[in-house]
Amino acid sequence: MFPKPIEKSSRSIQLGYQSLLPVALILWLLPLIAVALFSVKPAADFSSGDYWTLPSQFGGWENYGKVFFESDMPRYLLNSILITVPTAIGAVALSCMAGFALGIYKFKANLWLFFMFVAGNFVPFQILMVPVRDLTLDLGLYNTKTGLVLFHIAFQTGFCTLFMRNFIKGLPFALIEAARVEGVAEWKIFVYVVLPLMKPAIAALAVLIFTFIWNDYFWAVVLTQGAESQPVTAGITSFNAQYRAAYHLMSAGAIVAALPPVAMFFLMQKHFIAGLTLGAVK
Amino acid sequence: MTSTAVPPPPQRPRSWYKRNEISLTPWLFLIPAILFFLLYVVFPIIQSFQLSAFQWDGLGEKEYVGLSNYRELWDDPAFYTSLRNNLIWLLLYLLAIPAGLFIALFLNQTVTGIRIYKSLFFFPFVISQVVVGLVFTWFYDPSFGLLNSALGLVGLGPVNVLGDPAYVTYGIIAAGLWPQTAYCMILYLTGLNAVDPEQVEAARLDGAKGWKMLWYVIVPQLKPATFIAFVVTIVGALRSFDLISIMTNGGPFGESRVLSFYMFEVALSEYGFRMGYGAAIAVVLFLIMLCFITYFLYSMYKDQKGR
Repeated sequence: MFPKPIEKSSRSIQLGYQSLLPVALILWLLPLIAVALFSVKPAADFSSGDYWTLPSQFGGWENYGKVFFESDMPRYLLNSILITVPTAIGAVALSCMAGFALGIYKFKANLWLFFMFVAGNFVPFQILMVPVRDLTLDLGLYNTKTGLVLFHIAFQTGFCTLFMRNFIKGLPFALIEAARVEGVAEWKIFVYVVLPLMKPAIAALAVLIFTFIWNDYFWAVVLTQGAESQPVTAGITSFNAQYRAAYHLMSAGAIVAALPPVAMFFLMQKHFIAGLTLGAVK
Repeated sequence: MTSTAVPPPPQRPRSWYKRNEISLTPWLFLIPAILFFLLYVVFPIIQSFQLSAFQWDGLGEKEYVGLSNYRELWDDPAFYTSLRNNLIWLLLYLLAIPAGLFIALFLNQTVTGIRIYKSLFFFPFVISQVVVGLVFTWFYDPSFGLLNSALGLVGLGPVNVLGDPAYVTYGIIAAGLWPQTAYCMILYLTGLNAVDPEQVEAARLDGAKGWKMLWYVIVPQLKPATFIAFVVTIVGALRSFDLISIMTNGGPFGESRVLSFYMFEVALSEYGFRMGYGAAIAVVLFLIMLCFITYFLYSMYKDQKGR
């Protein structure tokens, strides 16, 4: 193990390390802690210029209450869910199938198709902006959640296929051969042999896609406008225009917008990290 | 009807699908993904190239103008500012890799509660860049921001990071480095887990320690993690848009624009709907990325052959 396990050092170094940890963490998360603090301060603190003092009284209920009951925030949150969940399902479904095809079968175009998905995944997606916006307009899906979902599914399929294909490549091929010898139809091999083994990969991808799409801002701005279909990342900017300089409300709004992926991360930590670090070890 | 009727023999000729099942199945499984990907990713890239030879406001007739969009780019100072900022982003964003490695080394211990620390250090990556942008805008705020409050304590004058053309890009990159470092950290933490303990022990017996150990024994073993960290950092740097849009909207005086942001401005904001010109910028950005994509794919290809 590297660096040397701290248990093997002297007592004073151990204590030093233990006390350094929380200090480092607080410094690292300082900007976030500041926002959390802002979000529970009452409005009066800001008008009297006490930005960095402890809240004179707990204003959290009032601030968060305003965000939830007197703004478009719930609407934006709902939109985000209605965009994120179908995207995760769609991208995972498409990439399970594509990953199965690329991971199990040997055919000429295999590696080329794989590289097409990988390369597409690296593209700075902004360059797709003009044509994709145009396509969405032509399909009559501009400013709809469906339009956003369809694009997200397509784009995320690149990354997901890369992920699934590598995962399936790691499965024991003997299982598939055994099923073939038994005369099992190929699609049944997919459904009954491969799919059950892919559960961890599916969980990892679903969590990752949820986070990526929830946090998307660019496409939300390009393909939608207005509260009826925009997700929370785009919503928060108009929220901020509405409450300019009302820092307590903006902070509360920002925290509400950031919370779902954070909760997802903490609930599904193992899968999340497994997904992100795919390929970081051989 | 007689009872002598027997069911047809099982050896009837197999259907065309059955005979070709192994070669057909992969295509059936690939069709939906390929269709989606072609429609929304591959064709739009080609269309961007095409569109860059036209003048178009997004509604009316397209007018063929040849290379004049590119000629205009050649003389456009805003384009050079964006290009320069893109290069600064690329270079400075790479700092996330050593910084992530450093934090990973710091946290790679087994004291009680370390798992919570690791998760909390990873926190910034999970949060939307929009929120990161807001948080850092307040952090930099010249009147009440934490940065200037701290500078004030040591007697340094207020710095308006986001209002000063000299600092603005660096200020935004610093905000971007925060989540990106967290990402690299988690990659390295996983990588460090897989470092071969016997090699480390052997090197230790040979008297290697500290920096030497890190550089000659550990870092080579972290190569897969470094490769992925490099890929995601380059991609992240070229995709930078959210932070700029939230923190400065390209300002002051357009000094914090990057290509992706400038393209958005030209094509979709109140600056007018110049789709062709925007597409030309997209093509330049794509060509920059293509150098990296070629390198990434080449590395992966070598890797595939090696197996």
